[in-house]
Amino acid sequence: MSRALVVAWFRLAASRVAAERVHLTDLDAAIGDGDHGINLDRGFAALEARLSASDASTEAAGPLLALAGRTLTGTVGGASGALYGRALLRAAAALDAWPIDAGPPAVRVAAALRAAVDGIAALGRSRPGEKTMLDALVPAVEALEAAATAGVGLAVALRQAAHAAEAGARATRPLLATKGRASYLGERSIGHLDPGAVSSTLLLEALADAAASGA
Amino acid sequence: MVALVLVGHSLELLHGLQAMLAQAAPDLLVRVAGGTDAGALGTSAPLILDAVRSVLAASPEGAVVLLDLGSAALALEMALDDLDPSERAVVRVSRGALVEGAVRAAVEAAGGGSLASVVSASETPAGRDKLPDDWPVDGTAPGGLAERPVR
Repeated sequence: MSRALVVAWFRLAASRVAAERVHLTDLDAAIGDGDHGINLDRGFAALEARLSASDASTEAAGPLLALAGRTLTGTVGGASGALYGRALLRAAAALDAWPIDAGPPAVRVAAALRAAVDGIAALGRSRPGEKTMLDALVPAVEALEAAATAGVGLAVALRQAAHAAEAGARATRPLLATKGRASYLGERSIGHLDPGAVSSTLLLEALADAAASGA
Repeated sequence: MVALVLVGHSLELLHGLQAMLAQAAPDLLVRVAGGTDAGALGTSAPLILDAVRSVLAASPEGAVVLLDLGSAALALEMALDDLDPSERAVVRVSRGALVEGAVRAAVEAAGGGSLASVVSASETPAGRDKLPDDWPVDGTAPGGLAERPVR
């Protein structure tokens, strides 16, 4: 995972989150506390400001992911700030643990995403099927790992992961929420998409698009 | 004296509670970590870490953390992960309700209570339930003082 890809990903993610701010907030208003889009937009705007303000673009991919993790942790608020922050910090540590340039990029990114998803599951005490971001992220990391193992290149592998995330997010509609604020609604949570699964998909689609554009 | 750290989504809420605790226990050290870095509603692991570290620097006996909602526990856990083992050893987290639990904890801490006894005070039924025993348990309004037998 190159530094240029990480920077392109964050910039694209920031603009997509800003564009989807109202949609994500509306999804959250239906089954949560109605701030998911506002919170994520604030966090990604802060991240973009930090990328522009510092010489962060000269950093390697790992430290950039860690900077993003710390930024989202402190600025998003809500559970999603802690969860996405933890995910990015775990991805950073996983990338840093790899010898430079060892293995194909898709394999390294799959290992980083696996560490991120495991970090979310551990902090949230959650697993797929509970109407959370994991319902998008777990199918995505499984698709990415399968593609990477099969020798598929990074951009195509990330596209397959984004497709899997999108299908996983769509499948949250009939689920009963048992985690987070949505669980307060009980059966009334059924029939709505999970905002975290939708935002996770948006972030993975931005990553796939950044990779496809050659960053 | 054991110190308190109040963690919540609204800094204003925590400042109000801090003022109440200062009245009940003027010598007690209470720090707050509320809202995001930018002052929006939410919680911030870096702010929580700063608050915990600053009370531990002033209060070697340790600190008890109280929080407002379950989602604050995620940021709190991230913050506590960054503490050194020696710092973690003197931090306890209460399951008590924020307001009632903090008042109980403040009284216990100001009286020289240990980390364990401050946590315990904040988690007692009295740290959660603010209504007299003779109030209806279904939440309906009580009959009124005029109708209550004088004891």
